[in-house]
Amino acid sequence: MILIANNIHKTYGQHSVLDDVCLKIPRSTIFGLLGPNGAGKTTLIRILTQITAPDSGDLYFDGVKFNKNHIYQIGYLPEERGLYKKMKVGEQCLYLAQLKGLNKKKAKYLLLEKFRQFDIIKWWDKKIEELSKGMAQKVQFISTIIHQPKLLIFDEPFSGFDPINAEAIKREIITLKNNGTSIILSTHRMESVEELCDHIALLDNGKCILNGEINQIKQQYKSHTYSIKFEGTINNLKDLELVEVKKNSAIIKAKAHYTSNEIISILAKEVSLIEFKEDFPSINDIFIKNIGA
Amino acid sequence: MKKVFIIIRREYLSRVKKKSFILMTLLTPLLFISIPVITTLLSTNTEESNNIAIVSHNKILSFFQEENEYLKFLPLEIENKIQIEPYLETFDAVVYIPSTENVEDLSSSIEIFSKKQLSLQLINNIEFHIQDKLKTLKLTQFNIDPNLLSKAEIKVNIQDIIINEKGQKTEGNSEVSYVIALLSGFLIYIFIFMYGAMIMRSVIEEKTNRIVEVIISSVQPFQLMISKIIGVALVGLTQFLIWIILGFILFALTQNFLIGNLSDSGNPELIGNLLYSIDGVPFVKLITAFVFFFLGGYLLYGSLFAAIGSVVDQETDTQQFMLPLTIPLIISFIFVQIVADNPDSTVSHFLSIFPLTSPILMMVRIPFGVEWIELIASIMVLIFSFIFTTWLAAKIYRTGILMYGKKVNYKEVWKWIKFK
Repeated sequence: MILIANNIHKTYGQHSVLDDVCLKIPRSTIFGLLGPNGAGKTTLIRILTQITAPDSGDLYFDGVKFNKNHIYQIGYLPEERGLYKKMKVGEQCLYLAQLKGLNKKKAKYLLLEKFRQFDIIKWWDKKIEELSKGMAQKVQFISTIIHQPKLLIFDEPFSGFDPINAEAIKREIITLKNNGTSIILSTHRMESVEELCDHIALLDNGKCILNGEINQIKQQYKSHTYSIKFEGTINNLKDLELVEVKKNSAIIKAKAHYTSNEIISILAKEVSLIEFKEDFPSINDIFIKNIGA
Repeated sequence: MKKVFIIIRREYLSRVKKKSFILMTLLTPLLFISIPVITTLLSTNTEESNNIAIVSHNKILSFFQEENEYLKFLPLEIENKIQIEPYLETFDAVVYIPSTENVEDLSSSIEIFSKKQLSLQLINNIEFHIQDKLKTLKLTQFNIDPNLLSKAEIKVNIQDIIINEKGQKTEGNSEVSYVIALLSGFLIYIFIFMYGAMIMRSVIEEKTNRIVEVIISSVQPFQLMISKIIGVALVGLTQFLIWIILGFILFALTQNFLIGNLSDSGNPELIGNLLYSIDGVPFVKLITAFVFFFLGGYLLYGSLFAAIGSVVDQETDTQQFMLPLTIPLIISFIFVQIVADNPDSTVSHFLSIFPLTSPILMMVRIPFGVEWIELIASIMVLIFSFIFTTWLAAKIYRTGILMYGKKVNYKEVWKWIKFK
């Protein structure tokens, strides 16, 4: 585990923002931090980035009790982006990298490399105010990852990017993960979560109401429905319930104790099966089911 | 600690490299030095003197010859006032003295005619000459010899000698002290306001463009705040240093010009005294005190300016929070002259110890001499006060910079201060 948070509490005045939050973030994974607005995601992220401290609770980073030096191992891209408008791109990236503990020489080397990779080397001497919003975001993305931290925290990393650039950023995030970086991804875009995340945690009203591997959670929330395609006509399906029937396809619901094999054998007696697929709920469904209630 | 230096470096360089900073730093001393130069130039009148005709129908005050750089009196013989008008083409003005023989009446019945509004200086000059004549007339009426009276006039020049505790004597000069007192008081006032506002704007800028969140995920809010305050202080000191150097250079360059002109205008004695007194002013002590009280006052107010910047979302929202800072500053500003007039009054003593006014008003008192014990007391109070305000500001700052889109009032700020 790169990060373990135990029983985190945080209150502002009378208002409890985080209530007994526990998280385990495995290494080399993308961890989706989900929740409606005001659930406490930003506060949790601010605790993880050491911007504020929790009122109580323990944090362990890379097996060691969370301390000041861990800040160099964390990179943070806040939802609200911003850079010094009057500063030159290169100068600014160097400054932020130095604040993350890199020395100037190494920072410059790494930055030039990344600038070449993203094909933005010609921006080096431009001022931020001369760049478009998307361009500035790209610069900020680079300055977030440049010190090669063990943990990266991205808050809505794709907002403001066109599809091409969003794809480039997505690829980079996957590359980072494959190279061993752990990533926390806070977003409202469920398709990104579906596509990228291995684990998720769902916060609501300061409580962590769902937490774990994405496939296990889907297992947990599955409704035992199956989509099938077949030839022939369905008549007697015993315990299987027909939810929807079309000409050559249907959605069926089984009792929880049936395994796929048992269902297939029941179906096989009636029709000749062409396709059989268990329907798992989308993250979006799980989100709405938990929060909407 | 290393990060603090990195931030200070950025805060310093990003300001010092600005064109506006370079321009202002170089132009301000030029402006200061050009004011006396320009006034000297203006006062050396290069225009031709005015021709003033005098029409006198008076037996006791007939025409009198007078000629100086401003005017030349010429006699004009005409029958009455109505005939004056055509002569206004040839003369700049015509003075009409009526026939009244009573000096008192005469003094208020003389008229002057001209085509244009005459300058105040010219009218004063004419009045002065006529006054002089009338005075002589009156003296004669009283049977006093005017020559005797002018012989009796005597000018007193008291030498002001200060004996210090060691028994050393120095020649004091309250005029010079007065000027230096006013100057240093105003300068600190301007510096605190200028650089305090600079910190505030910089905090607001970081907050509104949201970079602050990135930075404080690398450094602690307090480190960011204090580095910014130090960075801006160094900008101020750099500017001050450049001004001192430029000031000396410009003074040296223009010294001869100024003295030359002032001596021509007929007061070499005053110039001599002035230069002598300037030599006697303890510049090193003054500059040291200035740097200390500037820094002390700046740290005291600067941290509070930073706190205000962190509380608001834009500069226009700063009004309600600025008031508690501007009031003591403006009071100090008003009291600059009062303290300079009475450097040893009770109020002066109090205001030069009270930390919100001492940076400006102690500076005003120093040129007149302040006892060591009092100076140290004032310095200590100031040091403790800015430690306190910095602590207070840090508490507000760390919450304020992350608070967006919320109108904050004093009650809210008080809550932040109480946060653990």
